[in-house]
Amino acid sequence: MNFDELFGHLGQHTVDGLAKGSIYALVALGYTLVYGVLKLINFAHSEVFMVGTFAVLGTWTVMGATNNPGIGMMLVFLAAGLVAGAVASGATAVAVERIAYKRLRTMNAPPLAFLITAIGLSLVLSEAFGVWQGRLVKGMPTIVPQEVVFQIGNTAITNTQLITVVAAILMMIGLDVFINRTRYGRGVRAVAQNPDTAALMGVNKDRVIMLIFLLGGLLAGAAALLYSVRYGNTRFNVGFILGLKAFTAAVLGGIGNLRGALVGGLVLGVIEVYAATLTSSNWEDVAAFVVLVVVLLFRPTGLLGESLGRARA
Amino acid sequence: MGLAAAMLAAAGCQDSGNSDGDAAAADCGGKIAIFGAFTGPNAGLVIPSLNGAKMAVKQFNAANANCKVTMQEFDTQGNADQATPIANQVAQDQSFLAVIGGHFSGESKATMPIYEAAGLVMVSPSATATELTAAGNKSFHRVVGNDGTQAAAAVEYIKNVQKGQKVFLIDDGQTYGVGIIDGVKKGLGATAVASDKVQTDQTNFDATISKIKSSGADTIAYGGYTNEAAPLLKQARAAGVKAKFIGFDGLYDPGFPSGAGDAANDAIVTCPCLPADKAGGTFSKDYQAEYGQAPGSYGAEGYDGATVLLDGFKAGKKTRADLLAWVDAYDKQGVSKYIKFDPSGDVDKSKVAIWSYKITGGKFEPEQEIKLTS
Repeated sequence: MNFDELFGHLGQHTVDGLAKGSIYALVALGYTLVYGVLKLINFAHSEVFMVGTFAVLGTWTVMGATNNPGIGMMLVFLAAGLVAGAVASGATAVAVERIAYKRLRTMNAPPLAFLITAIGLSLVLSEAFGVWQGRLVKGMPTIVPQEVVFQIGNTAITNTQLITVVAAILMMIGLDVFINRTRYGRGVRAVAQNPDTAALMGVNKDRVIMLIFLLGGLLAGAAALLYSVRYGNTRFNVGFILGLKAFTAAVLGGIGNLRGALVGGLVLGVIEVYAATLTSSNWEDVAAFVVLVVVLLFRPTGLLGESLGRARA
Repeated sequence: MGLAAAMLAAAGCQDSGNSDGDAAAADCGGKIAIFGAFTGPNAGLVIPSLNGAKMAVKQFNAANANCKVTMQEFDTQGNADQATPIANQVAQDQSFLAVIGGHFSGESKATMPIYEAAGLVMVSPSATATELTAAGNKSFHRVVGNDGTQAAAAVEYIKNVQKGQKVFLIDDGQTYGVGIIDGVKKGLGATAVASDKVQTDQTNFDATISKIKSSGADTIAYGGYTNEAAPLLKQARAAGVKAKFIGFDGLYDPGFPSGAGDAANDAIVTCPCLPADKAGGTFSKDYQAEYGQAPGSYGAEGYDGATVLLDGFKAGKKTRADLLAWVDAYDKQGVSKYIKFDPSGDVDKSKVAIWSYKITGGKFEPEQEIKLTS
């Protein structure tokens, strides 16, 4: 147990954990949105994220991006990456809904059927990219060179960490406002509370469901860009572990609860970095799941534990 | 997701094969199985060896029309879980008389007892973990130096060439990575200041990078494969880690520099394998002509592994027991080195050459042969 390292650089490890958790949080929002409305886990969401990273990589490759571009080109690449990631992930998410869920929904299939089709589609997507793009890790150009922007004591905060955390929080706030303050958001909350009543009141249920898949996809696309900027790598199974962690984050924070997804993601990221620092990096998953189990023992609905529908109806 | 991928892995992607079983009936010749990661993330490491072995069989069959040898490929993706059912299948099919493989240490360790029980001789071109030959397995042989030798050479290199004073050790928790890093750690003694273990498919290495920074290491030694090493090195360089990097033969794979990009420049990879132009005979020229590229990692070793067995077929050996005895007694110059096995199945250590390769502009350039002082 390396306590000296953990407490000697506690600030640094916390910042690392928050930056790591921000990406979990953005992906977790996709799980939580779908769960909040449909009460099912969209296991194909990890592949929605994966498609986003490849879209970002593809766009940068086509645009001829190289390492360390000037500030002007950097912004162009970031904007193009964001558009590409969001469009690809959003389209994938909507396609997942159309292919894996829509028909099952109209036929009133039992919830387990949704689970299996989602896992099936997830495998198809991941393996298709494995065959198409190869199974080896693929490097990306470094669009934003890491620089330290703040130095507080021995804690260095880099530009990419700052971008990741701030972007995650802003998108979370944006989504929260959208769900709680707009007309579309009211429709989402109505369907989450009671789909049949909402339909009687003139809410188009199909459109709401497509909307939540689209929103989840857009956020996953943004997460894909942030991931690409920060880690500069992707591969066909990149969504596999990340999706599992994001799902864990959603459960930890209280699945169905938007703010819970953010809290869960950040907490999970920090726990993992602490655990990896205390022991070795291959213990981080163990620590993450131990904490999940312990939290669920005492708060079965997660840390913030309320659902999308009941949150300020 | 997790569960689903595990199910897929269990289902496996293995060649069903057409075991007609009458190959053994011929007076001469027979059937060899070759297994390894022919697809999957680490295939880049193994394909040259497969090609080398294929070329050896092709040349043999062309020269010995009355003594045909067939070789059947079994793809394990380098995964011990997939190698085990294949081993059972090959062991039960009596038409197989010998095995080339495994290419990785983990799959070799998992399948050695199965092949030993079946009396099948194994000749591995590239499984280097020290423990494989320490287990007293009668079936396992390898035409490559083990990680004990490679680790000793790497220690020499770190001390004398890189002049490392503080070395940070990282392994991936697998048979191969743990073994070689243990060897390096013992050799370095107090110079190894800190360590970390990563896991397969990990993508975020912040914690490891923080540890490297706090340790003040001037050299990083990594035992494992490309899929983790490439993103790790890239993130470490992006975070301003300047320490020198040394990896081992698991990273002697074109995917490593391409995955790590500029971050891989000046990284060192050691390998108990020869630079293409140093291989004996016409091997390099033949390989170039056959496949249109220079033999990569373990091309010469794959050729040698096949040749050891092919010589046995030519000498009229046609049972599993005869071929095992033949390999045990083998004593001949190969293209990669002089091949003679000690009782544990290792090649003569004095004949093993460990080379360092430096990555320059995304390519491996042979740097020097690392001489062992002891």
